[in-house]
Amino acid sequence: MSERGAPGRWMAGRRGLGGLLAVTLVRPVAAERLPLSEALRSHAGGAAIREGRVTLEIPPLVENGNTVPLLVSVESPMTEADFVRSIAVFNERNPQPNVITAQIGPRAGRARLSTRIRLATSQRIVAVAEMSDGSLWSGSAEVIVTLAACVEG
Amino acid sequence: MARVLLNVPRSAARGEVIEIRALIQHEMETGYRPGANGEVLPRDIIRRFVCRYGNEVVFQAELFPAISANPFISFTTVATESATLTFHWSGDNGFAQTETRVLAVT
Amino acid sequence: MTRRRAARAALALAVAMPLAAQAPRSGFEEMGPAIQAMQQDDMANPGMLSVQEGEALWAQPAGPAGRSCAGCHGEAAASMRGVAARHPAFDAASGAPIDLAGRIQRCRTEQQGAPPLARESPDLLALSAFVAHQSRGMPVSPDPDPGLAPFRARGEAEFRARRGQLDLSCAQCHEDRAGGRLGGSLIPQGHPNGYPLYRLEWQRIGSLQRRLRNCMVGVRAEPFAFGAPEYVEIELFLMSRAAGLAIETPAVRP
Repeated sequence: MSERGAPGRWMAGRRGLGGLLAVTLVRPVAAERLPLSEALRSHAGGAAIREGRVTLEIPPLVENGNTVPLLVSVESPMTEADFVRSIAVFNERNPQPNVITAQIGPRAGRARLSTRIRLATSQRIVAVAEMSDGSLWSGSAEVIVTLAACVEG
Repeated sequence: MARVLLNVPRSAARGEVIEIRALIQHEMETGYRPGANGEVLPRDIIRRFVCRYGNEVVFQAELFPAISANPFISFTTVATESATLTFHWSGDNGFAQTETRVLAVT
Repeated sequence: MTRRRAARAALALAVAMPLAAQAPRSGFEEMGPAIQAMQQDDMANPGMLSVQEGEALWAQPAGPAGRSCAGCHGEAAASMRGVAARHPAFDAASGAPIDLAGRIQRCRTEQQGAPPLARESPDLLALSAFVAHQSRGMPVSPDPDPGLAPFRARGEAEFRARRGQLDLSCAQCHEDRAGGRLGGSLIPQGHPNGYPLYRLEWQRIGSLQRRLRNCMVGVRAEPFAFGAPEYVEIELFLMSRAAGLAIETPAVRP
């Protein structure tokens, strides 16, 4: 069991068989997946990622890891000369590092992306913004995921 | 046809930045979850979402299993001129759906 | 000995405050702002997908005579207003309480002559959500029919009965310890005012019966089958316990 908590509910299949509770918990194979640092390095293509300009709004503690609201916003004038080209979100401990990768541009008006994500367990989320000048900026947030106390049957 | 909740303003002022919110009904089966017989259910997710303003792509996103069921995406775009906005979702097992909304720009 | 017993009894009374002494509090109040916002925005509440589905089914002809719900009931916003707020209601035909989903099932087979809708099927959930949604904002107003009294009493007895390998009753968590925490999760009072609701745990809409089954499995008890009269009796009791709370269908809950 990870010290951060057990796998999220969307990972597990459960069948309550009367009084006999058959629970299969599939542990996310964190050891086999690409580490977050590698995923970021691969996305950056070797270029440096600077911290800043990217803000993540996500609840620091969520009641359920199945549907976690996330808002990513990037400081940028979003003009033809200076805009955000893409926003890519990564996770630390799900079976797979990517969450969403969006391409925008000056037509967006603002560099803002909101969605709902799944978190298998408490972990760090990182968002990387690629600017029109090629520079990469990132922001991150830590989320604690609690689980429903009563197991679904 | 999957149900959608698509929030696009009916009208906007020229140059105004409008917010678009799109939610579509879809299981987003991750491919990591065991089914009733213990075997892992195959991945079946929406993989791509594209928004066109008239003919121009103004937003596109690649979705992964970490996106929740009934995927919700919210983004902004500049109201440049009156146009039809087209929203297209595509994914595993040939999933494809298109919705349109008309935006009046004054 | 008597003094110690008295002290223990006083302590027990202090800790276990029955719900009658507390005002009913919707599970909505216990949620974080992000999930509250999800519920309150009809364009972002995933439960509304089911309400939309129900709206379509309402107008759809079914059965050999091609009757739709709308054919008899007209505009749901008018005819169904308040219905969910007073269900489960006394059903003269059976002499027992009937819940909203049960009534829809009956209309389906008896009035429309259509194939039955199974409990927890997407269509029955959608119709239930759509009909209950017409009472959104209205206070829970239990049916005052005196014929319901013995059934409500049975529902209350189920609520207070210990069950399962964990030997726990609903009351021990949702009454005595409501507002406390179990494994990091806040324990709600357990009101039925938002059902059918979109539960993040399920990632879909589900009924009160599904939620009750979860709890029963959670305490390692054999759950009643979907549609069992026990659930209707429990719901009858829960609705009277929730009297005054606003209907929130489709609610969002963790």
